Formats: sequence, structure tokens, C-alpha cells
Amino acid sequence: MADRYAGLIHRIRDSDIFHSFIHSPTALISSCLLVVILLTSFLCEFVAPHDPFTPASLSLMDAFTPPFWAEDGSMVFLFGTDGQGRDLLSAILYGTRISLIVGFSAILFSVIFGVSLGLTAGYFGGRYETVIMRLADVQLTIPSILMALLVDGVVRGIISRELHDEVAIYVLIFAIGISEWPQFARVARGATLVEKNKDYISAARIIGLPNRLIMFKHILPNILRPILVIGTIGLALAILAESTLSFLGVGVPPTTPSLGTLIRLGNDFLFSGEWWISFFPSFFLVILAFSINLLGDWMRDTLNPKIN
Amino acid sequence: MQSVGVMLCVALLSFSLFNFVGDPINNMVGEETSTEERAELRETLGLNDPIHIQFGRFVVNAAQFNFGKSYQLRRPVSELIAERMPATLELVIASSILALGFGVFLGVYTGINRTGVLSNIILFVSLAGVSLPTFVIGILFIYIFAVILGVLPSFGRGEVVQIGFWSTGLLTASGLKALILPSLTLSLFQMTYIIRLVRAEIMEILQTDYIKFARARGISNRSIYFGHALRNSLIPVVTIAGINIGTLVAFSIITETVFQWPGMGFLFIQAVKFVDIPIMSAYLVFIALVFVAINFIVDILYFLIDPRLRTKSENRDG
Repeated sequence: MADRYAGLIHRIRDSDIFHSFIHSPTALISSCLLVVILLTSFLCEFVAPHDPFTPASLSLMDAFTPPFWAEDGSMVFLFGTDGQGRDLLSAILYGTRISLIVGFSAILFSVIFGVSLGLTAGYFGGRYETVIMRLADVQLTIPSILMALLVDGVVRGIISRELHDEVAIYVLIFAIGISEWPQFARVARGATLVEKNKDYISAARIIGLPNRLIMFKHILPNILRPILVIGTIGLALAILAESTLSFLGVGVPPTTPSLGTLIRLGNDFLFSGEWWISFFPSFFLVILAFSINLLGDWMRDTLNPKIN
Repeated sequence: MQSVGVMLCVALLSFSLFNFVGDPINNMVGEETSTEERAELRETLGLNDPIHIQFGRFVVNAAQFNFGKSYQLRRPVSELIAERMPATLELVIASSILALGFGVFLGVYTGINRTGVLSNIILFVSLAGVSLPTFVIGILFIYIFAVILGVLPSFGRGEVVQIGFWSTGLLTASGLKALILPSLTLSLFQMTYIIRLVRAEIMEILQTDYIKFARARGISNRSIYFGHALRNSLIPVVTIAGINIGTLVAFSIITETVFQWPGMGFLFIQAVKFVDIPIMSAYLVFIALVFVAINFIVDILYFLIDPRLRTKSENRDG
């Protein structure tokens, strides 16, 4: 058992990807940032200095405290507080977790949906392929933010208002996920068309493996690289889409604010001089998106055999 | 032909929005309406007709810009859209001009001075521009220019002048001032794309033989860069800019919300919040119309920019 793990570690340490990861400052810095953000936001119950969502622990006396370096600031609330006396840092950590959960789930949804459609389209071909790819083309011309808004509006029309707040997060995941699938379908189809004609697939066919096995056990692992790359960049896009929708007021309900909701709430206080309420959530959002983008750039350069 | 197909698809989509999302009758009448009255209204509105007849009627109505009444505002949708359209179109056109103007100029500059300090700064700023979501840029601008410096207004259109049905903010000083921040916010994203695209094209074209030949003939640098190189890099730029204008219309939803700009995007986001189906489907049809129109214009522009296309089609015709 121990030998097996040692072997695995050796394999990872000797691989090209690990080498390029260690020697790329952007990859190192951005992944360090990401690990910190992931850890603090998912452990926010333990890390956050305050519990921002228990009304009992809030005091209106603390409302609008500026960040700690300002004159009236205090070390109790590092980044200050909002209009209800919530600690901004804690609210940001909780909000980042929601943004990350929605972003991850949405992109996972669109990867699974898009890749299975693209893979089967490329593998079977024919009219099925034409229909799927034409659909993807049509949807690509619609800006994804508009698509997500439409889906959200339609779902609001179908279900009742009380129910909507409960399922808002799932609606959001579905709306963002469904607006991003065409990219994955296109890439998966393109890669499948290349793999399909290779010898190992012919061999698998000759020994009579069922199509399902060939597609998902043999082709899928070989087309994962490009999907991983656009999936990473897609994750940044999905997180930005989530915060945009929440900023517009059609995303997650204000009782469980994400980064976008926090920015929207803070936006109202911009003119009365409380800049920090919208600044810090925006700053966190940008850092999050930027580090994912940098990591995605690095992955594109390393994993893409075309460039190497 | 293809555009007719696209329009029909979108019409079908917005028609099904109309019919299958909630009960249209429920949305139109109050709680206390009796069942008989409902049935009567259903009959007069033709909701009992076969589905394909209803769809035909919807297309005919849509072609006349008749989308019924807004559930929430109780006014004809066409009127609401006509009222809001000038604001959005002025915003989108202003920001496309900004994006194209600055984008092409900075793209040529960075393409020529590949290693310059200024080029690197421009490229880095443009990379940051892609990572910043539109609404954060908008808030940043508002904070800097409206709150701290207090030089530009942060919401609304300023004074507008009514010319026929078109209300324009371009003729008054306050209208122009109000346009600066929103259009700049909206253009940044597209500008970064154009800078990168033009830069890549220029770098490639500067390696070609005809540029070397032009240099050998002793033509001035300015004429080479802007007359010879730029002209040949424009085809992909026009394509991307065309596609992006549609995106700009969609992204104007965000910009309009941040700057309280009374355009269609603002109308649409209210419609989504209150499930105002007629406005949503009308907006959808409008967006599709914009896309089709832009495609058409882009096709014509190809002919104007690239003489090779002109001779080809003349040969085919003759």
C-alpha cells in the first residue's frame, strides 16, 4: 500500500506538468491565493471573526464602522461593518463560499451536459450531430448573461414566489450552467472526432465493446485536457456571472448573500461616503476571478499540445 | 434566408414563453374574476384556437410590433420599448465608437511598438479589464468621478431633447456629460478585445512582403501603418466588432442598472423580477432583430473594405 502511494508521488514529481507548475511564478502565486480563499471560505464558521447572519449577535450601534486604519475604525471589525452592523470580513467569507459553490456547481453542470452531448455527437455523427451542433451555434450567438436572465425569469414564472427563495440557488446554478454548455460541446466534439479514428478505438470496436464503454472509458479520458482548460476559465466566468446576476438582484436571496449581493447592498451607501461596504467584496471578487484566470492561462500553455 | 429562420426560431421561443409560462389569463385579470368571465376572455383572445393558428397570429402581431400589454405597468409593450429604445441605442453606439476608436488606435500602437513600456502598460491594463466585471468597473467610475471628484453625474440621462419619437441626450451639455461614464464602462470590455485583435493582426501583417515592398519604395511610416497595414487588418475586426455590438446590447442591462440609465435593459431586468412575460418576449425579439441587422451590415462592410470580394461577386453575377 505504502509503495503504491510512493510510486504515485514519484510519478507526479517526475511529470512535466509538476515541473512547469513549480517553475511558473504565476501558477504558484495564483494557486496559493486560491487555496487560501478556498480554505478560509469553506471553513468560514471557524475562521470568520463574527457570525454575520445571527440577528442576536448584531448590534446597530456597530453599523457603518469604517475599516481598522480609519479614524473611527476598530480592530474588532477589520474591514468595517455594513448598515446592519454586520462584520464585513465575515460576510465576505460567507459570501465567497456561496459564490464558489454556485460557480463550481454551474460549471460542473455545463461540463457534464455539454461534454456528453458533444461526445455523443462526435461519436455517432449524422443528423443527431447536426442538430446538436446547430443548437450550440444558435445559443453561442446569444450572450450568456442574457440567457441566464431569461432562464431565471421563466423559472420565476413557473414556480411561486415563496418557493422561489428556497430554490433560488439551484435555479441560478441551472441558469448559469445551461448558458455555458455550447463551448464544452464544441470542444468535446472536436476532440472526439480526432480520437475516433485512432487505432485503439478501432481495436476496441473490433473486440466488440459496446459504444457506451468506448465513449466513456476510452475516448473520454483522452479528451479531458482541453476540457479541463476551458473549464477553469469557465469557472471564473461562472463566478462572475453569478455575482453579476446577484448584483442585478435576480440571483441568490439577500438572506444568504453572495459577493454580488454584498456589492449591490454596498452600492447604496457609496454616496454617503461608506465606500468600504462595496469596495471589499468587489476586491475579493476581482482577486478570485483574476487568480482563476491566471491559473487557466497557465494550464492552457502547459496542457495544450498545440502550443508546445 | 438564414436570418428569417433565426427570427422564426426566436419568435417561436418568445411565443412559448407567452403561452406556457404561467396562465396568461391569470396574469391579466384580478383575483375576483369569475370562471365564466375568464372563459369568455379566453375565447375573445383566441386562446382556445389550435396552437399553430395562435402562433401565426403571434408572428403577424410581432411583425407589427404588437406584443400586447405589460402585466405590471398596464401599458402597451411597444410603447414602452419605443420610449426606452433611444436611450439604449445611444449608449450602445457611443460605446462602440469609443471601443473601436481607442481599440484600433491602441492596437496599432502596441502592434508597432511591441516592446515599449507604454505598450506593456496598455496590455496589462487591458488584461485587468477582462477580469473586472462590468458592474465593478461601473461602481469604481462612479466612486472616482462622481463621489470623490464630483465632476460627472452618476445616474440618469441628463436633459433630453425630443425629436419626433426619438428622445436624444446628445444635444445638451448635461446629456453628453451623463453619457460619458456609462458608455466608457460599457466599452472597456470590448476595447480590450479589439486592442488584442488589432495588435495580433498588425504584427502578422508587418511581416508580409507587400509591407517590405512599401518600405523599399520609401513610403512614410504613417502611410504604411494606417494606409496599408491597418486596412488589411480590418476584416476580422469588423467581424468581431459586429458580434460584440449584440453583446453590448445585452451587457447594457448591467451598465444601465449601475447608472440608472432609463433604457431597455433596465426595463428588461424589472420584467424579469416581476415575471412580466410580454416585455421579456418583446425584448427577446428585439435582440434577435438587432443581431440579424448587424449581421447584414457586417456583410455589406466586407464588400466596402475588401475589394477582392467585390470583383468575385461581380464575376459570379456576370
